Amino acid sequence: MTVETRADEPRGQFPVGMRVLAVDDDPTCLLVLETLLRRCQYHVTTTNQAITALKMLRENKNKFDLVISDVHMPDMDGFKLLELVGLEMDLPVIMLSANGDTKLVMKGISHGACDYLLKPVRIEELKNIWQHVIRRKKFDPKEKNSTCNQDKPQSGTTNNGLSSAGAGSTDLNAKLNKKRKDQDDEDDDEQEHGHDNDDPSTQKKPRVVWSVELHRKFVAAVNQLGIDKAVPKKILDLMNVEKLSRENVASHLQKYRLYLKRISCVANQQANMVAALGSADASYLRVGSLGGMKHLQPLGASGQFQNNVYRSLPYSGMIGRLNTPAGLGVHGLPSSGILQLGHAQNLNNSSGNSMNDPLKFRSSIAHVNQNQNGGSLQGMPVSVGLDHLQPNKAVSSVQGPTTGFDDKTMSLISNKLSDPRAGVGSSCSRPPLMGIASNGLLLEPNSQGSQGGRGYENLTSVASQHSEFSLPLMDNHNGRCNDNWPSAVQSSGMPTNSYPTRDCLHGGNPSGASSITSLSTQSHDSLADMQSHGPIFTNNNTTPNLAYQGWDDHSLDSLIPVNGGLGASGLHRNLDYSFGNPLEMKHEGFIKSAQDPSLKSNQGYIMDPHKAQRSRISSNNLGSLEDLVSAMMKQEQDFICDDFTGGTSM
Amino acid sequence: MASRRQIAAMKQSLFDQDYLDEQFIQLEELQDDANPNFVEEIVTLYYRDSSRLVSNIEQALERNPLEFNRLDSLMHQFKGSSSSIGAKKVKAECTLFREYCRAGNAEGCKRSFQQLKREYATLRKKLEAYFQQARQAGPFEAARRSK
Repeated sequence: MTVETRADEPRGQFPVGMRVLAVDDDPTCLLVLETLLRRCQYHVTTTNQAITALKMLRENKNKFDLVISDVHMPDMDGFKLLELVGLEMDLPVIMLSANGDTKLVMKGISHGACDYLLKPVRIEELKNIWQHVIRRKKFDPKEKNSTCNQDKPQSGTTNNGLSSAGAGSTDLNAKLNKKRKDQDDEDDDEQEHGHDNDDPSTQKKPRVVWSVELHRKFVAAVNQLGIDKAVPKKILDLMNVEKLSRENVASHLQKYRLYLKRISCVANQQANMVAALGSADASYLRVGSLGGMKHLQPLGASGQFQNNVYRSLPYSGMIGRLNTPAGLGVHGLPSSGILQLGHAQNLNNSSGNSMNDPLKFRSSIAHVNQNQNGGSLQGMPVSVGLDHLQPNKAVSSVQGPTTGFDDKTMSLISNKLSDPRAGVGSSCSRPPLMGIASNGLLLEPNSQGSQGGRGYENLTSVASQHSEFSLPLMDNHNGRCNDNWPSAVQSSGMPTNSYPTRDCLHGGNPSGASSITSLSTQSHDSLADMQSHGPIFTNNNTTPNLAYQGWDDHSLDSLIPVNGGLGASGLHRNLDYSFGNPLEMKHEGFIKSAQDPSLKSNQGYIMDPHKAQRSRISSNNLGSLEDLVSAMMKQEQDFICDDFTGGTSM
Repeated sequence: MASRRQIAAMKQSLFDQDYLDEQFIQLEELQDDANPNFVEEIVTLYYRDSSRLVSNIEQALERNPLEFNRLDSLMHQFKGSSSSIGAKKVKAECTLFREYCRAGNAEGCKRSFQQLKREYATLRKKLEAYFQQARQAGPFEAARRSK
């Protein structure tokens, strides 16, 4: 792997100097690709491992403009990498493969690839890839932090209010790792490279980074407005953040919707998730891979997810993608990542879940929480995927009263989250499954009785507390990325496997938070696996309508047990929840899960945010998300129920 | 030492006989003063790296029963690699092999693989000879495209 530092390129020469990261396990192909790219005058960095690529990307999001990756790689499926990159870093990714099957190409597109090239690649094709960078920039709120460009009349920048001319980096700027982008038509640079540019408040439009806090505000605003009524302008007004443009919000909203949608899909695939949890897929959100977890309701719904959380949203989307066989690093864990989100929510809601793994969950939640005030799990999706969540363990620990959990987890999570890295590094290597793990655990008990269910409730409540998109938490660890993410995810993701009986869940999980944490702790290991999944949560935004409705209300009813069979079968039956509402699960719980590596065992329960009867922990902004989640969960509900029959196979 | 024309003819015949395809030309185009032996380097790297794949496939073919999915996957990698240097015949054999895999035809796979190995070895010899002549002729010659 060659890493080259790039000297500042004159902006005006784009695409010359465009920074490309090339990933291919085949050395011959990689060398040819590198040479071709250099011939196009791009700045090239290569690596033959997807994991390394992710690491590099996470270290500095602004370091690259574009990623080109092979589909078929031994350490990580190219589609998974694709999703992760899209979610965490929002960079254009081009897929490469010797196989041009339409199905594969479709898969690439659905995972978010901006292009799909066949090997051997010709230089003519590479000469045009810069368009993807431009295109993305244009669609993304270019004006993101309207900061800069003061001198240029920002064309179209909406930042009317926001343009703080040059911005003196407000705290928003500080929080966001802005990438300076040329805002308008400044020459042609619209690149994102240039982050290392010069003046901070410079004309380049810094790219808005959705920090956990920012995302939290966003989710809160969305919830307040109601998912179907959430329009960027209103959200923007509610958020009242300086230097944020309507475009920024619009783009973020779009992602959020996708994320929510994915979460609902993920929750369904619990089984896969659980399995997925088992495997240690490094930067995968195991959760995501849990193919089945459709329900990973946007844990992040809690809205507290700061941008990291938000970022994790894409993960959720990815998680969904991860579910695909190719993407599933983890077998059996269906979108656990997503589940986690959902779970987290559910967990929170469920009161008194006997989540056995309070520790784990807590820590994961704690991580997730970083911003929480009360330690509400930022909806980190509890990666339900904990396939082998040690059921019993998890369950028991989760028991803790949510409140307790909250504190603990919250702090834990917060600690973790508050890593110096600001913008959530995305490294969450820890599988978000943590959350799920706990879920999984939770489920176990459930199967045995309502215990498990309770556990979930806790998780749910925790999740809800966070009201975040659980994903972001993971992401957010600000810096903790590798570690936190997974744990965060895990916590949030606490698989709602054990959907405890309705009442359990509704209990309003006092220990929602705690439950989640416990889940996360338990699933710690699984989370670790989920690491790769960590970021998966982000991007769920697509669920356009679902998510926003009544997030709050539904406190995670449906803890969707991530396939792991986490006692799911048992739990499953008990759950009356309508899984439809992942959102209900106040994300909080979920988010935490992401963080907690201990979730390992939980894998698979995705807390399906059923109608939140559970005591939502902090229903803050969850409202819309919850609704969304619940809506999503609903559908899944039945589906999940079926999955649960697996019982604790976690 | 072969004359330039002879070297050019050597190369041309490789194309004519379908040993190589346009990708090879592209590689040559990437060769320049800064990178005077690029093509040879790539080919060397290819043979070095793919030998591992070849032996993996060989081992996999000795299993019983055959794991077609795994074979297909290995061959997919091999094909990608081979296509990067423009190894046309080798690539064609890869495709055939994969078809046999998908059909679950063990005999077909084994036969196809034998043929593939032959093509692989033949190409190597021819390229080695070509590079040797080209090197002797000087960097200028090596960088020239045949077509």
